[in-house]
Amino acid sequence: MAKVIRAENLSKAYQLGEIGTGTLSRDLERFWAKLRGKEDPFLKIGETNDRSVKGTSDVVWSLRDINFEIEQGDAVGIIGRNGAGKSTLLKILGRVTAPTAGSVKLKGRVASLLEVGTGFHPDLTGRENIYLNGAILGMRKAEIRRKFDEIVDFSGVERYVDTPVKRYSSGMYVRLAFAVAAHLESEIMIVDEVLAVGDAEFQKKCLGKMGDVSRGEGRTVLFVSHNMGAINNLCKRAIVLDKGSVYFEGHVNESIKAYFSTNAQENSGRYYNSNLITDGFSSIILKNNESEEANEFEISDDINISAKFLTTLKYASAKISFTIIDHFGRVIFVTENNLNPFLGLDKKGAINICIPNSILVPGKYTITAAIHIPNVQFIELLKDILTFKIKETGSSFYQYINADIGCVFVNCKWTHE
Amino acid sequence: MTNADEQHWDIEIAPHGNLFDLKLRDIWRYRDLLFLLVRRDFVSFYKQTILGPLWFFILPLFTTVIYTFVFGTLAGISTDGLPQPLFYMAGITAWNYFADCLTKTSTVFTANAALFGKVYFPRLIVPMSIVVSNLVRFCVQMLLFFIVMGAYMAKGVTLHMNAGLILFPFLLLLMAMLGLGLGMIISALTTKYRDLSFLITFGIQLMMYLTTVIYPLSTVKAKFPKYEWLVEYNPMTSIIEAFRYGFLGRGTFTVASLGISAIITVLILLLGIIIFNRVERNFVDTV
Repeated sequence: MAKVIRAENLSKAYQLGEIGTGTLSRDLERFWAKLRGKEDPFLKIGETNDRSVKGTSDVVWSLRDINFEIEQGDAVGIIGRNGAGKSTLLKILGRVTAPTAGSVKLKGRVASLLEVGTGFHPDLTGRENIYLNGAILGMRKAEIRRKFDEIVDFSGVERYVDTPVKRYSSGMYVRLAFAVAAHLESEIMIVDEVLAVGDAEFQKKCLGKMGDVSRGEGRTVLFVSHNMGAINNLCKRAIVLDKGSVYFEGHVNESIKAYFSTNAQENSGRYYNSNLITDGFSSIILKNNESEEANEFEISDDINISAKFLTTLKYASAKISFTIIDHFGRVIFVTENNLNPFLGLDKKGAINICIPNSILVPGKYTITAAIHIPNVQFIELLKDILTFKIKETGSSFYQYINADIGCVFVNCKWTHE
Repeated sequence: MTNADEQHWDIEIAPHGNLFDLKLRDIWRYRDLLFLLVRRDFVSFYKQTILGPLWFFILPLFTTVIYTFVFGTLAGISTDGLPQPLFYMAGITAWNYFADCLTKTSTVFTANAALFGKVYFPRLIVPMSIVVSNLVRFCVQMLLFFIVMGAYMAKGVTLHMNAGLILFPFLLLLMAMLGLGLGMIISALTTKYRDLSFLITFGIQLMMYLTTVIYPLSTVKAKFPKYEWLVEYNPMTSIIEAFRYGFLGRGTFTVASLGISAIITVLILLLGIIIFNRVERNFVDTV
């Protein structure tokens, strides 16, 4: 298959902090260095982009030496944590900003949807905005006219098409905007998390449309999302970015696994909050059968969640819950109990929850812990706070490499009849 | 396996582009956008107003009345022997076109940051659309100017309209180019240094007093021969003088002075395009 996108040593540096005071002197210094044929003095001191670590310089590399190739007709997901460089990459591919070094070559027309409804003017009617927005996205007027009915039909706002868009509900606005974008005739489509809008029905429609685009029409789609389900549905391949570099590239399932493992580096089998004053967890620790701290278990091990917490008695109906999530982002199960019986007079409580052995299949898991009043409020919600791993130690399925064997072992009764 | 290097690529995104590459092919491809932007400007200007497009008439009319009263009657500044309203209106109509092009272009990057930050299209389209939509406004104001001219002629005032009129399209082009060029330089610099946006309104006002909008060049020559160059080398002066000469038969300009104006204008426009092209690539990061 022909390659339609090729990125070579793509890098992008950003300046941290305020731009304004000191910019002029810095610009002059830069200019002086350039005159003497030297490298930009402010780029040399760059470091990798890790937002949680305070750096010494105020230039960061949002992308550093990115290389990849994408074939025609591929649907490729781009995944990564916040700040991994996804948006920067999309901005460069969408030609909104230029890279600091390296290059990207593209073949064919590119439509980048970093946002839906770009350039919509509130005072103009839906009809006028379809033309304007289409033209901004690179469509010719004749092309829009030809597709006008189709666009209006897809958006489902026929009745309002001659009303200024400022009178639209936000849902209608988004529907119209996406409808225009979905009818672009480009060979390459770059889509940021625009699907995070609209109601469930419309999201499904959009996902369907995107699927058609890549599968049926042979167009190339680059899709950025945090929704692993959508990525899994739409894409065949994925690129995992971490701290500005390509961490993994390959089949979508492998990539999603890799993505969750970049998450896991942050977390472990223990959580402490020694500064806790009001309500919440003061510690959550995973322990094995021997009450030792652990975050790797065998299939035959029980997994113990040992948690200490603090809460006032005013939350009489509070519950404490733990959600086990696998590396595809699927919720495997939730275990929950009333909080009150475990609470001592000093407002403190300590519990141990035992997950019986031989239930979870080998793989990586995360735990989300919460103290909440059902349907009312979260007193504390700790998302993906712990991670643990079930090692493959010879389950009956170990021979099936990369096959999806489900999430749990169920000891079914097989009898002869 | 095919040799990938032989493959043909349509677009190459690299850190530095060619400064003189105007992407004319891209601009041609997006020509529909240009006219849709002009339409948007025009329609959104009078949406939810009662008088609608009439506002295009009202503003210059009031300015003319005020100038006639303040500068003509109160201050008694010479108008080269022309009826005062006609003299001012000629100056205002021409000056407004230039000033509108300049002010609107000078905020292209800051005003469209949200749009530019999300989608690619040749950025030059936006300043070009500003020049064109101001042209629509200018035509309406010219119509008003012709009406006033007609009224004076009906009253028996002889206006020496002459061959200088053939310069009119050229003058219009010069004003557009000058406004565009200066505007692009300022807009490119304001992406990083906001200070300039404070200066722009003041600067334009100052420049108007250095241009022969409210006084004729002949008066300056007679009264302030020492500082005359300040007004004369202002490229807008010879444009406005030539404009008045063509329509009303009075004005002081030479082919040489107009030629100098044209050269300065072309240089400013070139500089504007180069700076604009350079800033366009990365302004999203600093705006």
